[in-house]
Amino acid sequence: MSAVVSWARRATLFMGFLFLYAPIAILAVMSFNASRLVSVWGGFSTKWYAALLENEQLLHSAKISLAAALISATIATLLGLLAAISLARFGRFRTRMLFFGAVHAPLVLPEVVLGLALLTCFVAFGVGRGFITLVIGHVTLTMCFTTVAILAALRDSDPALEEAAMDLGATPFGAFVRVALPQIAPAIVTAYLLAFTLSLDDLVIASFATGPGATTLPMRIYSQVRLGVSPQINAISTLLLALVAVALGLAALVSSRRARRDGQVMTSRARAPDNAS
Amino acid sequence: MRRAQRGRQMSARRRLSLGERLVIAAPYLWIGAFFLAPMLLIAKISVSQSVLARPPYRPIFEPSDGLAAIWAKAQTFSFDAYRALMSDTLYLESYLSSLTIAAVSTLITLIIAYPFALAMARAPERLRPMLIGLAAAPFWTSFLIRVYAWIALLKDEGLINNALLALGLISAPLQMFATTGAVVIGIVYSYLPFMLLPLYAALERQDPSLREAAADLGASPAHVFLRVTLPLSREGVVAGALLVFIPAVGEFVIPDLLGGSETLMIGRTLWNDFFSNHDWPAASAAAIALVAVLMIPLLLWERARLADEDDAR
Repeated sequence: MSAVVSWARRATLFMGFLFLYAPIAILAVMSFNASRLVSVWGGFSTKWYAALLENEQLLHSAKISLAAALISATIATLLGLLAAISLARFGRFRTRMLFFGAVHAPLVLPEVVLGLALLTCFVAFGVGRGFITLVIGHVTLTMCFTTVAILAALRDSDPALEEAAMDLGATPFGAFVRVALPQIAPAIVTAYLLAFTLSLDDLVIASFATGPGATTLPMRIYSQVRLGVSPQINAISTLLLALVAVALGLAALVSSRRARRDGQVMTSRARAPDNAS
Repeated sequence: MRRAQRGRQMSARRRLSLGERLVIAAPYLWIGAFFLAPMLLIAKISVSQSVLARPPYRPIFEPSDGLAAIWAKAQTFSFDAYRALMSDTLYLESYLSSLTIAAVSTLITLIIAYPFALAMARAPERLRPMLIGLAAAPFWTSFLIRVYAWIALLKDEGLINNALLALGLISAPLQMFATTGAVVIGIVYSYLPFMLLPLYAALERQDPSLREAAADLGASPAHVFLRVTLPLSREGVVAGALLVFIPAVGEFVIPDLLGGSETLMIGRTLWNDFFSNHDWPAASAAAIALVAVLMIPLLLWERARLADEDDAR
């Protein structure tokens, strides 16, 4: 490879990662700015972080968001697993197209459409909006992503192994749990994390589905952001980014250890985000 | 599963066994209650008349009326909302403008992502997992925060304008924030990982010996790229473009935070009609139209995939 080409590649990588990370990095730096203004550096300060701890509303919303994400990701992963099994293993059953379409719809529909459909439904049936309707909204939104992630893994897994287990006397359920489930376990973990992240981050569905008592963190951030750049929002954003960075770092560490132990190249990690998208 | 095997061999629609019904019941009930039923409801609201009340529409019929009564009332359905969709050009304009903004953003994302993905795919093998991890990482961080980060950069008194002013390149701040251009930047930035990953996957699995063969046969590097690398990465380009384009069309957060009042996008128009104007029938009619436009290609695609599966057997 010529030196020019390899230099150009390095420059491309540098520019690409600069584009991806500079805005986030600037945001993180600004969260330590003592001045309220973006354009003025008023010295290093952690006062915005201190102010966060006293912001009861924000802390309460963070708890709501976290609880909603934990619960809805669990339900969405279970439902996604069942839906994926139905689509991958049950052949051409009646109403399969309806089921397929309804399961995959939130993938292509604007979130606003799903949100307003849910809201009109809650209003029409007189359901009071709050934490439960928030969870319902998030499960409905994220279930399609968990289904797609698990379905891809199920299609890749070898049905012959399950058949062999059944020939050896296992029940269909037993064969699935002992043979197929371990094969698709990484996809189930990815599906859970995906649903968790989407729920934690969602603004649109939450705005339609939740009530006054259960305002989520993105809703609080959004209502502040609409008024302009706020140092407190910079601080909480930086905390959230740091949290994700630590989690991703740990995940990378674990998977590189495992790869070294298994002595295999990390194809799985290159594939995981593929499933995720 | 043996039963499933038998089912797959039958091309006719089949009934589910009891065990299978138990498996499918929970997801089916969930989407029935929280997707299909709400969709039917907004279909119903879309033929209702808009009123100033709470909820802001006059119900045309109740499900308890019975089929005959519903049919009788069907004669009185108001198609005002649908007619308005065609005559009041706001929705049509928003939709077309959404498609344009999404298409332009997708193209720019592709132009940025292609050399980036190529550089990653051709990097030394031991570095690749780290590079792809870094490229995918923003996907797991908050979307809202990533969009928000651009406000501080694009505003009149923001960092880009300050830097340009300090360098003496401009004499007055450029209006970047609250423009359609800012929306495009926001979409490109937010969806870049969605384009990068499929492109990288497609480029990385290409066999280097194909390029070497082309070069040995006298092709110039540009020729090798245009005749070998690019055509072989088509699948990645299509997948990446769809992953960016489809969600970008319905985007709400980006046009709302970065766009100006003249930036029309369908997600934002729906939101405003629903929350600010309280015109539920109009918003519902637009939503139903969108469902039709978006779901038909998805179902056709699945049908084609099933047909492929049949051919493969």
